[in-house]
Amino acid sequence: MLTQNSAPDNAYDEFIKGVWRENPVFVQVLGMCPTLAVTNSAMNALVMGLATFFVLTGSSALVSSVKDWIPKQVRISCYVIIIATFVTVIDYTLLALVPKIHKELGAFIPLIVVNCIILGRQEAFASKNTVYLSVLDAMGSSIGFLFALLALGGLREILGVGALFGVNLFGEHYEPWVIMVLPPGGFLVLGLILLFFNWFKARKPEKSLNPALETPHG
Amino acid sequence: MDNLLWIFVSAFLVNNFVLAYFLGLCPFFGVSNKLDTAVRLGLASTFVMLITALCSWLLNTYVLVNAPYLRLISFIVVIASTVQFVEMAIKKLSPVLFKALGIFLPLITTNCAILGLAIFATNRGYGLWEGLVFALGAGAGFTLALVLMAGIREEMQYNDTPALVKGTAITLLAAGILSLAFMGFAGLFSR
Repeated sequence: MLTQNSAPDNAYDEFIKGVWRENPVFVQVLGMCPTLAVTNSAMNALVMGLATFFVLTGSSALVSSVKDWIPKQVRISCYVIIIATFVTVIDYTLLALVPKIHKELGAFIPLIVVNCIILGRQEAFASKNTVYLSVLDAMGSSIGFLFALLALGGLREILGVGALFGVNLFGEHYEPWVIMVLPPGGFLVLGLILLFFNWFKARKPEKSLNPALETPHG
Repeated sequence: MDNLLWIFVSAFLVNNFVLAYFLGLCPFFGVSNKLDTAVRLGLASTFVMLITALCSWLLNTYVLVNAPYLRLISFIVVIASTVQFVEMAIKKLSPVLFKALGIFLPLITTNCAILGLAIFATNRGYGLWEGLVFALGAGAGFTLALVLMAGIREEMQYNDTPALVKGTAITLLAAGILSLAFMGFAGLFSR
């Protein structure tokens, strides 16, 4: 907790970098499987994002607090078991709270275990930093992930069903673009979003890009 | 027999793990830039899938009957140790293959297609043979998708693509079109 007072800017930076500059989906292109698989509606995307938020923040807090007792050789297995425990908790919680969405997400809730974003944050950050910073870093990354899921899920639902969170947007005359909620739509929409990001970056003057992309914890 | 064939074709083409279920996308995007590594990784993953199917069936039948909440944790431990074991076995039996596979062997642990396979087989209540055939079909489908993508990307390398779409964006768009083509297999069986 010492770092809280000594470096507030640093703490803020650890949080905000995961949301935008090092967004796990749009910039680092990690965690593709859940990103594409559950974003056929905005609601599924939201639940998946919140579940990942819980798992990532919980595991980062636990890993960073027990990091000194974990032997180097077996650290990955330890992380995976910690993550699997949190995933089991959220799996049964969702089954109790929102059984319908739990059924729709199906195997993708247990598959949060192998989401590379989570293991990546443990290995790259939580195993080296204080609890406070690790939790902030985890929250930043998971909010970035949630934002990406919502963007993709919202876009796919609007195009493919003509609705957002189940609320009809365009009325009777809209002809839904069904392919967008089917598997190919996931690849296509994410491809187009990345294209947009590339274009956005290319438009900006070169000088503002370089120092921002150099990060110590990559 | 009919049922087993259906399971195989379904996992291989109709519900292809990569292009319809979005499993194993990391190696799909990461390793699909060269054809021969794609083939090797596909075969190694298929092998691990077969062993995982066997182990998850054993676990489900004999160990986890009274403790279903431990399923996820025990599966991931089994997969991690299977991959470790396969790595040691290949190193001992065929050093040439071990060298060829390199880093891709340990990375199979974090391939969600493997864990997904074990979870799907459990949720659908597959028996031993059904599980093994399912693993074979899923592995073959994974290899097929990887090889097709590697072929496309090797061709694309020499094409004049705009700088803006280079990298992940164009790969995703190509995967989308590939996935679109695979949707055609949905009409293969009307069941």
